[in-house]
Amino acid sequence: MNDIRILGPLILLLITGCGGIQAPSSEASPTPQLSGRLELTGSSTIAPLVTEIAKRFELKHPEVRVDVQTGGSGKGIADVRNGTADIGMASRALAEDEQDLTIHPIAVDGVGIIVHSSNPIPELTAEQIVGIYRGESNNWSEVGGPDLQITVVHKAEGRATLEVFLEYFDLENPSIKADVIVGDNEHGIKTVAGTKGAIGYVSIGTAEADIQAGVPIRLLPLAAVEATTKNVGNGSFPMSRPLNLVTADSPGDLARQFITYCQSEEVHDLVVSQYFVPVTP
Amino acid sequence: MTWWSRNTSSQSRRDLALRWVARASSVLSAAVILLIFLFLLQEAAPALANIGISRFFTDTSWHPLSAQFNLVPMLMGTVLTTLGAVVIATPLGLAAAIYCVYFAPRGLATWYRRLIELMAGIPSVVFGLWGLVKLAPFIGQLGGSGQNLLTAMIVLSLMILPTVMLTTCSSMAAVPPELLRGGAALGLNRWSVVRRIVLPAARGGIGVGILLATARAVGETMAVLMVAGNVVEIPTSLLDPVRTLTANIALEMGYATTAHRSILFASGLLLMGLVACVALVAEVRKRSPHEL
Repeated sequence: MNDIRILGPLILLLITGCGGIQAPSSEASPTPQLSGRLELTGSSTIAPLVTEIAKRFELKHPEVRVDVQTGGSGKGIADVRNGTADIGMASRALAEDEQDLTIHPIAVDGVGIIVHSSNPIPELTAEQIVGIYRGESNNWSEVGGPDLQITVVHKAEGRATLEVFLEYFDLENPSIKADVIVGDNEHGIKTVAGTKGAIGYVSIGTAEADIQAGVPIRLLPLAAVEATTKNVGNGSFPMSRPLNLVTADSPGDLARQFITYCQSEEVHDLVVSQYFVPVTP
Repeated sequence: MTWWSRNTSSQSRRDLALRWVARASSVLSAAVILLIFLFLLQEAAPALANIGISRFFTDTSWHPLSAQFNLVPMLMGTVLTTLGAVVIATPLGLAAAIYCVYFAPRGLATWYRRLIELMAGIPSVVFGLWGLVKLAPFIGQLGGSGQNLLTAMIVLSLMILPTVMLTTCSSMAAVPPELLRGGAALGLNRWSVVRRIVLPAARGGIGVGILLATARAVGETMAVLMVAGNVVEIPTSLLDPVRTLTANIALEMGYATTAHRSILFASGLLLMGLVACVALVAEVRKRSPHEL
């Protein structure tokens, strides 16, 4: 009696569990005996996502070990070139002297400007944003808003979103006059949510999730494009960057399988959970 | 007789084993500290050798990616937030301890003490989150974001308050009762007994408690990072943002490479030195509680 009581749900679990796994794996079926070791190095922005994907990949292929290490996009590219790593991770497009490598986009990260939700300002031009971050405009009334002091929220040097922001507005980090320097996206969002006159920039995926949860912030459109993950995904939002896997000319079979898996719909939930936007190649 | 002697011999064998276990554990703990120190020294060595200590104080600013390595604003940040926190927490902690030991009804005192002990156990990130979401917007009404020196001092002071209060409580409880009775016999009221007898007698222990709290404040990272604003400038008012040495390490270690990374380790060495000094002073005070 007891056995049946335990077995019943267990069998049910097995059946449903199998059903869930069966559907996608039947598409990529001819690789049940994948084995070996993969080395990935590079961007610390992509690493958490790839680590999650790798865990799932290892569950599917128990004989495979995927080793993910960070060190920045530059290290990822250098390691692939000299063969230390099988796959590199680069959170930017390839430079001109790196065209010998092949990129495999797995996601996009968009960076949006945020203000407090009570701030009525409809949009800021690039010049106005540059002026605010250089400390030339210190009051919202100077850029068409209410009479309110501007609190400039900036990221700590080395953050990925900071690099995208600086590059898009062609700013040098030492020229920025910040009032608050924050660490990660959540820290930035909480700071803006707690300060009526604040302006900041964060990953759009994170901001969208927080706005849905009722956090009092607003994403400003940029160059007349609404800052949404949808617009990041279709490429129309300008302040964004690709999250790429990078390989040399002829990656091995295992590396190819892993890249295909990273780009498949099976891992889109992981991409979204890391606040990035999935891309379909 | 045989039973007795065997028992004693096995007792002493057990003693011997215990002694060696104790020795081994103490060597291990000491070795860990020593290893951490050596590790810091090894990682900081390139910065100390190639850049030199003097540049940490004479460079124009802290822009590690542009090879500018001035640590002074962050050293100031650490010293100011710590001093502020100690200045706020000491009178509060003393008053709370005096109330708890000499004025509160016995039942209330017990529960009050437990409450403060609980406060000592709250994770620092929780204090930080509260400071970021509640306290900073409140102080922001004075202007700006509210993430500044003042907010950092207040959050830090709440975190070290239990240390000050609990050590004060126990050193006041250790004051010999004869002294109190003597005071009462002289017809002093309770406040006079506390002020003229208990506080001077417990001064050594209270001082040690304050120094322990100082060491904790120096090392605190997450909570300060969340509420201090983190702009690398020497503050000119309580409402200016500051960055402490610990917050700087936490913010930048993730991406720092080569010389920059090495300097972060050097600043870690600096912090360890600072805490060691505080601990040393505490130790000296503990040994001669009545002289200082």
